[in-house]
Amino acid sequence: MIKVRDMTVAYSGSPIFTNLSITFEPGKITGIIGPNGAGKSTMIKGLLGLIHKQGGEITLHDKPVSKQLKNIAYVEQRAALDLTFPINVFDTVMTGTYPNLGLFNIPGTKEKEATSQALADVNLSEFSQRQIGELSGGQLQRVFVARAIVQKADVIILDEPFVGIDMKSEAEIMSILKRWQAEGKTIIVVHHDLNKVTKYFDNLVIINRGIVASGTTTEVFTKENITKAFSGDLSTILFSDKEPENA
Amino acid sequence: MRSIGLFIDGLMQYNFLQTALITSILVGIMSGIIGSFIILRGMSLMGDAISHAVLPGVAVAYILGINLLVGASIFGILASLLIGLVTMKSKLKNDTAIGIVFSAFFALGFILISLAESATNLHHILFGNVLAVSDSDLVTTAIVLAVVLIFVVTFYKELLITSFDNTFAKAYGLKTQVMHYSLMLVLTLVTVTALQTVGIILIVAMLITPAATAYLLTNRLSHMMIVAAIFSVISSVIGLYLSFTFNWASGPAIVLTAAIFFSVAFLFSPKQGIIFKKKIS
Repeated sequence: MIKVRDMTVAYSGSPIFTNLSITFEPGKITGIIGPNGAGKSTMIKGLLGLIHKQGGEITLHDKPVSKQLKNIAYVEQRAALDLTFPINVFDTVMTGTYPNLGLFNIPGTKEKEATSQALADVNLSEFSQRQIGELSGGQLQRVFVARAIVQKADVIILDEPFVGIDMKSEAEIMSILKRWQAEGKTIIVVHHDLNKVTKYFDNLVIINRGIVASGTTTEVFTKENITKAFSGDLSTILFSDKEPENA
Repeated sequence: MRSIGLFIDGLMQYNFLQTALITSILVGIMSGIIGSFIILRGMSLMGDAISHAVLPGVAVAYILGINLLVGASIFGILASLLIGLVTMKSKLKNDTAIGIVFSAFFALGFILISLAESATNLHHILFGNVLAVSDSDLVTTAIVLAVVLIFVVTFYKELLITSFDNTFAKAYGLKTQVMHYSLMLVLTLVTVTALQTVGIILIVAMLITPAATAYLLTNRLSHMMIVAAIFSVISSVIGLYLSFTFNWASGPAIVLTAAIFFSVAFLFSPKQGIIFKKKIS
């Protein structure tokens, strides 16, 4: 279980959110949704200590998260990487073993086997020697999911994993998330496509510069909450023909 | 080709030429390896900056009679810290911070060197004079190469991940700042050693040109470093030969040779060469 208490993050004086508190449960896939600029990625980065926080306490298994960061696998938004880097698919996935290896140790047989297995799990075994720039967007996203597999972390955080990828990749990633869920891991997904929210997530957090609502998806994904966080127009479109399904 | 025979005769005969050859090879290996990380991290300008910023350190070391490496390392690290500070604490972008700091350091070094004129030769520091390398310089060069190899072998995994995906490295708790400044320190050591063969002004070429050539030809970091080191060594040896034969400054001779190798790779690289690309499209 990962707990965020009273987290405040501000960029050059203006706060993105103030005293944000939220709990993520193990064995659940939790979606985070909110309009552009709502602070979704900022919340994740604050949680991971990637950006400066003005305040807040984050714990994993009731101990400070900063001491156990290797127990969180983070799948960043894809766009941020240099895809011309001289590295192939296999070696990219194997970097997921680095957090647990620590300094001075190099990946051995065990790590290489885990890497091969993870590549098989995401159906990319045949691409293992490809340079990463030669993959499609969906394949690339599966590479980073495979890297999260080999990290063997209790918490997995994915930032917009389904943006710009093919249906097959999306389904395969989703099946890995379900597997993690069955293993009792805590899975957090920043998401933007409101259509698949009820299908994908057990729990849902709606944010807009602070928590608008959080709880089980059925409780939270309502016309009222979407209106509050996004706009009335959007919620009317979303809920007009789906009312019976969500009720 | 008689001149090659003369060069080889010279190698047999003159101790200074043997020292120069070995120094060129050692410097070639280390600059190819560290240069690979410099270009992959998008720090070519930083490499240029650090190499210029060691000048006051060289001057101070001459004036005080202390080891060149000590003086240069202090100023090299000081410059990279200052660049980091200006970038973090102001609205300026990194390249501007680099430009301000390194030109100021270089200017300071220039003035200090002219104060110490009698002890040293500015032209040699700026453009390199590998034929004047002493045996003790050679020992220092060998030690620096050992440090570079130990550093890269020990922290290969950390260097790879911070170069490739720094956010991931930070997210799992790696001290990425420590890696950055360690690399800057090693870069400074390489710079001071490369100063003998190519001189301060052209060190950046030794760091990035062979590494860039290798980048066009390889798909794995370990291969890139090896290929970069090989190009760097070949360029250094050919440059030394040209320098000895035609009495050119060693720095420009080495750097031009490296640039010719790059041009060939740029045109004909099987994967990224512009000629080959045209054919398939």
